[in-house]
Amino acid sequence: MTDVQVPDAESAEEVALPAGGRFGPLGELWHDFARSRGAVLGLVVFLLLILMALLAPLVAPYDPTQQFQQNILVPPAWLPGGMAAFPLGTDAVGHDMLSRIMHGARYSLVIGFIVVTMSLVCGVVLGLLAGYFRGWVDVVVMRVMDIILSFPSLLLALVLVSVLGRGLFNAMIAIALVLQPHFARLTRAAVMAEKNREYVISARVAGAGHLRLIFLTILPNCLAPLIVQATLSFSNAILEAAALGFLGLGAQPPTPEWGTMLADARDLILRAWWVVTWPGLAILITVLAINLMGDGLRDALDPKLKRS
Amino acid sequence: MLSFFLKRVALVIPTLIGISIISFGLIRVLSVDPVQLLSGEHAMSPERHAELMHQFGFDRPIWVQYLSYVGGVLHGDFGVSITTKTPVLTQFGTLFPATLELALCAMLLAVVVGIPAGIFAAVKRGSWFDQLATGTALVGYSMPIFWWGLLLIIVFSGGLHWTPVSGRIDLQYFFKARTGFMLIDSLLSGQKGAFQSAVSHLILPSIVLGTIPLAVIARQTRSAMLEVLGEDYVRTARSKGLPPRRVVGLHAFRNALIPVVTTIGLQVGMLMAGAVLTESIFSWPGIGKWMIDAIGHRDYAVVQGGLLIIATIVMAVNLVVDLLYAVINPRVRAR
Repeated sequence: MTDVQVPDAESAEEVALPAGGRFGPLGELWHDFARSRGAVLGLVVFLLLILMALLAPLVAPYDPTQQFQQNILVPPAWLPGGMAAFPLGTDAVGHDMLSRIMHGARYSLVIGFIVVTMSLVCGVVLGLLAGYFRGWVDVVVMRVMDIILSFPSLLLALVLVSVLGRGLFNAMIAIALVLQPHFARLTRAAVMAEKNREYVISARVAGAGHLRLIFLTILPNCLAPLIVQATLSFSNAILEAAALGFLGLGAQPPTPEWGTMLADARDLILRAWWVVTWPGLAILITVLAINLMGDGLRDALDPKLKRS
Repeated sequence: MLSFFLKRVALVIPTLIGISIISFGLIRVLSVDPVQLLSGEHAMSPERHAELMHQFGFDRPIWVQYLSYVGGVLHGDFGVSITTKTPVLTQFGTLFPATLELALCAMLLAVVVGIPAGIFAAVKRGSWFDQLATGTALVGYSMPIFWWGLLLIIVFSGGLHWTPVSGRIDLQYFFKARTGFMLIDSLLSGQKGAFQSAVSHLILPSIVLGTIPLAVIARQTRSAMLEVLGEDYVRTARSKGLPPRRVVGLHAFRNALIPVVTTIGLQVGMLMAGAVLTESIFSWPGIGKWMIDAIGHRDYAVVQGGLLIIATIVMAVNLVVDLLYAVINPRVRAR
């Protein structure tokens, strides 16, 4: 995600920092990104989450679906009645909360990654076609995007999932579908801005075909807003998937998906706060870390904000 | 100006048609067997199945069915709920005020807190308040509101017993719904304590539903103010010796308001999505919970009709925001 050409050559001159010239566009991007402490913090937390997801099977104390039926609703270890064997306590059927939270990271990150990939690819292709060819292609594509956007996203995703059938995979398809118009709109706008620039015209005069012009000449110069949107969509996808899980339409129990875990815990809110608290906290921390990164990336990639 | 208005309004028609096709088609094309869903009969003989197909009109070509659905909708007939056997539109009418009341309170909270916080953060850029506000807004923006609601219930209902867990009013109060807005109805009823009860039921759901709009509005206000405060006319106003309060309030804020108003308008879709979760947590009898229940019961007349009405409302609000934006900001019209 980070190996990206920064398109704003002018602003690089304007900022005139040694990093820009010496380390190339990536170095400059990092330099601007690292100026925000929040963004770096978000990146660190995000990397830790990835590490936790990768290592979950090795470091989690138990299997996330293993039930300890003698130890139901054990409070966290530091509370009276807590057990050192279950640091964050257990839920209503005796699952170890810590193991489930660790494994949940795998679900959320994979969900975010797959959803963003799907919606990015579809949205970018549609946006490129609409912005490059204009005419009826543009009208049809953008009308359809407008229609999708007029439904509240969660509601449309809910109905889609109820039609396609409950489950994580269908939930991901539904979320990708409702997030994809944002990519299409952004790409279209960027393509229309770039299309008549001189470098595109010269490439066309040199005999480049449509496909080459679209994907190799224009697309790389539209990447900055798309990267920011992808980051924001990543956190949105995680939130919406968790919401669908919470409403019982996403991942199904006993899958250790954070939203689904919250759904199971709803009846216990007044009896066992820890069953409710940890999964939500995990969602919040993940989404917050990604949004912090997104803000940092936006500031680093947007030359207009950079100056202010 | 008029041609801008007409063009913008004309764009609505294809969108509306699209919305109706999606609302109608999603469930019709993809669901397994509408007859089984509608009749609730399971082991049907093929003859009985065909008879019901005919009775419900499902043996006609799909486009004929679509046209007859749209024809009905244009006459205010959105079909009849399978579970309650009452017209979809009537149900919507009874439940919508609950959602509207909740959404208005949430929005009020978001605007009353979000705009001043955003202005103050921008004016005192880099101060501890700015950092606190920016940080809090980012947390609010990242909040899984369904979890936030549960947490608030744990603390304020379970722990402190300050607020009730669910519903719109305590069961001991019973009066006729005159406006559908519990705050107004409870006042009109004249029953002692009814209004307080209604207010206490509204507090937590409003906070939950208002959290994300609040964060979005605060962030937008702050960045719009920062942009405006750097403009030449603000510097001019300052240098000619106007008091800072006047510069911020009159010169800067009025211009920063334009994007903020747009943001507020665009939160309506957000509110509808949030209402689904909020109403489900607090058992709030509004259209969000209605839709969830309908999806659970596979009551597809309600899902169809609800989706169509909600999308139309969201689209209409967005249209009004767009038109208002053009009225406030002449630069848009020129395009």
